[in-house]
Amino acid sequence: MQIQPILAALKKHRLATTLIALEIALACAVLCNACFIISQRITAMHIDSGVDEAALATVQLTGYDSAQAADVDARALAALRAVPGVESVSLLNSIPFGSRRGTAGITTDAAGKHFGGVIEFYVGGPGSLRALGAKVIAGRAPQADDFHAFTGFMPDQGSVQITQALAEHLWPGADPLGKEFWMLKSHFRVVGVLKNLVRPDPTGWSAERRQWAVFLPAQPGPYLTGSYLLRASPGDLPRVLRDALASLAKAVPEVVIDREASHTLTDLRRDVFKNDRAMAGMLVGVITAMLLVTALGIVGLASFWVAQRRRQIGVRRAIGATRRDILHYFQTENFLIVTGGIVLGMALAFALNLTLMKFYELPRLPLYYLPLGAMALWALGQLAVLGPALRAAAVPPVVATRSA
Amino acid sequence: MFAYYLDLALRSLKRNKVLTALMILAIAVGIGASMTTLTVMHLLSGDPLPGRSQQIFYPQVDATPAGYAKGGPLDMLDYHSAVDLWSAHRADRQALIANSEVKVRTPDVSLPPLMVPMLATTSDFFAMFKVPFRYGSAWTAADAASRARVAVISSDLNDRLFGGADSVGKILRLKDSDVRIVGVLQTWRPSPLFYDVRAGRFAEGQTSSFYDKPEDVFMPFFSGLEVNAGNFWQFTCWGKVATPGHLQDAPCVWVALWVQLDDATKVADYRAFIASYAQQQKALGRFASTQTRMPSLMQWLVFNHVVPSDVKLQTWLAFAFLAICLFNVIGLLLAKFLRRSSEIGVRRALGASRGAIFAQCLVEAGVVGVVGGIGGWLRTLTGLWLVRRQPVEYADLAHLDLGMFGLTFAVAVAASLAAGFLPALRASGVAPALQLKTL
Repeated sequence: MQIQPILAALKKHRLATTLIALEIALACAVLCNACFIISQRITAMHIDSGVDEAALATVQLTGYDSAQAADVDARALAALRAVPGVESVSLLNSIPFGSRRGTAGITTDAAGKHFGGVIEFYVGGPGSLRALGAKVIAGRAPQADDFHAFTGFMPDQGSVQITQALAEHLWPGADPLGKEFWMLKSHFRVVGVLKNLVRPDPTGWSAERRQWAVFLPAQPGPYLTGSYLLRASPGDLPRVLRDALASLAKAVPEVVIDREASHTLTDLRRDVFKNDRAMAGMLVGVITAMLLVTALGIVGLASFWVAQRRRQIGVRRAIGATRRDILHYFQTENFLIVTGGIVLGMALAFALNLTLMKFYELPRLPLYYLPLGAMALWALGQLAVLGPALRAAAVPPVVATRSA
Repeated sequence: MFAYYLDLALRSLKRNKVLTALMILAIAVGIGASMTTLTVMHLLSGDPLPGRSQQIFYPQVDATPAGYAKGGPLDMLDYHSAVDLWSAHRADRQALIANSEVKVRTPDVSLPPLMVPMLATTSDFFAMFKVPFRYGSAWTAADAASRARVAVISSDLNDRLFGGADSVGKILRLKDSDVRIVGVLQTWRPSPLFYDVRAGRFAEGQTSSFYDKPEDVFMPFFSGLEVNAGNFWQFTCWGKVATPGHLQDAPCVWVALWVQLDDATKVADYRAFIASYAQQQKALGRFASTQTRMPSLMQWLVFNHVVPSDVKLQTWLAFAFLAICLFNVIGLLLAKFLRRSSEIGVRRALGASRGAIFAQCLVEAGVVGVVGGIGGWLRTLTGLWLVRRQPVEYADLAHLDLGMFGLTFAVAVAASLAAGFLPALRASGVAPALQLKTL
């Protein structure tokens, strides 16, 4: 295929060619960045919680005084444990993807000079870490004597399990076992490392902070009641939760069951990421509409050019060009225009990514998005031009003999 | 002349229906997407208190130990500072606020108890923020002073508990106290819920909760603290809390103060007043730092980045999309106009000026813009309907107001005229002789 005559023809339509190329360029920039944002959102939505979500549900009670707590707790626990199918019921102040009650800043020295970050304290009663199913990858799980009683907002001291992400942040490269940290005057020592344990509210934190959590064992007390973790076999869980809520309404009629917060962890996860899902859906919609408009634009312009060049096509056919030649002419023309747009579009995509990085804390666009975007637009261009090009190829040579 | 051009434009548009439909579609989807996001932006970034917001300020002082609050005072006040500033009565109007969740039961309605958000506030709150009442009114200063057990409830709660009937005088059981309803609000939906905005700069752009509904129960500040004692939670603390939920003497911030200052002198005076208060507290040894700050309402909203970053991103995206659509329309109009070169050549030869050809082409582009605008308006309505179905706090706010309706058409016509400019210029530059020769 000779490119020379095509370029010569395009020079005659400089403005229209530039416009299509610019449109492709802009589409390329938006396409690459939008796809990148979608993949970011999907990655975020699939964050490893570190717990057996499918087997877990929570029940949240509110609306009682700390003086009533022990009595309410005893009746609630008895009612929950009596529900058929329940494997275990334990107390846990914060729930992955659910209620958040232990967010606090920590320091890595007693004087409070070296700020370690704001982390989530999962304060849990006996059995709660085992029920969560969080994997201890170093050190040990809590022992019976780790569970201290407490009366304040949070225990004053304790032996904790820390996520490896948080350990790596606090003490990069060092063995976290035996390390200490402080929250105001409360003092904690690391005895175990968890593979993962997600924060209750991962979407409110940047990606690297979403796993900053510790498990702090404690005995149930006035400030560790009303937040229950239920474990049951995954298939049976919705039924167990329904029965649990019904039997609680009878066992503790005077308190408020927070139904908005009492769900299976699978449902809670879906709810936490609802904004990300909506955003990803919206982006998919915009990309589709954008590609459609771009394709229609190409179809429109190509059709116009075909109509304009009917006579020339007829002449070319009359002097020996095959249908295939004509088809290839328009396909090559489109390829050249789209390529021009893509070259510009890649630069534009990078510039757009830099802007997004500055204002929306988006990471750098991985380079492989650029060839993928280019392929998509080439394919789109070829698909869009196919119709008009086939019509051009169908122009009979006899057209050459007729006057315009 | 315009009527003639219009007639020509319609004829020309009818001649190539597919191309015309493509242009109209491009304008319509571009306008639809950008106006949907712009409407949401407009709703979220607007003034929640038009006509009053310039006079509303948010005084802040710093009661934390030395070196604790490095980036300026914390987002809320400790109880003692807040009550001191409020008791000085230096502002035209002023309201203390503290948030909590309260358990609500009704003696005469057999519903299970519920937890609803409660705002403990002072009596100026309703007048200062122009809160509309459906039944009854705010409590009086005397009610507040005698720590009367009275409350104002939202229309939502009134609908839920009393089926929307006038419930003034009825009794609610809030936690363990009987409280008399003195007022029921009309539907009141400030966007954002400005007086509860705080900590936005730590939210990673996830700020849609700022557009939540107002509280369901409003109680006089001090009686509210008594009635719901034990359920007040800190914004943040810098020391151990001896009695969680009871924060009056805790080293915590959890109360906010809003003031109304009617003119610039009063604003300057109030700034001087909080500065001198901070000095005095430092002299007494209660404060370590004398830093103060008093943003106006709108400044405070900007400081907290109230508009969710996703919404901003969507707006940018929609406008990039509109740009793509416009490039498309320019290309198509160019094709269309130049295809008529011979016709234009004849008109020019018969005496039409370049200006006349230019005007005629622009009228054609304008017609595409108006029709595209109608399509864009329909698409905007569809887009907003989709936004309303999204699971976000501001979903119910997404409606097209008259201004945005007008803007939709303005933008559509302006966009298509802008798109028509270059092709029209090209068309009016057609040399008549060359075209006539080929005829």
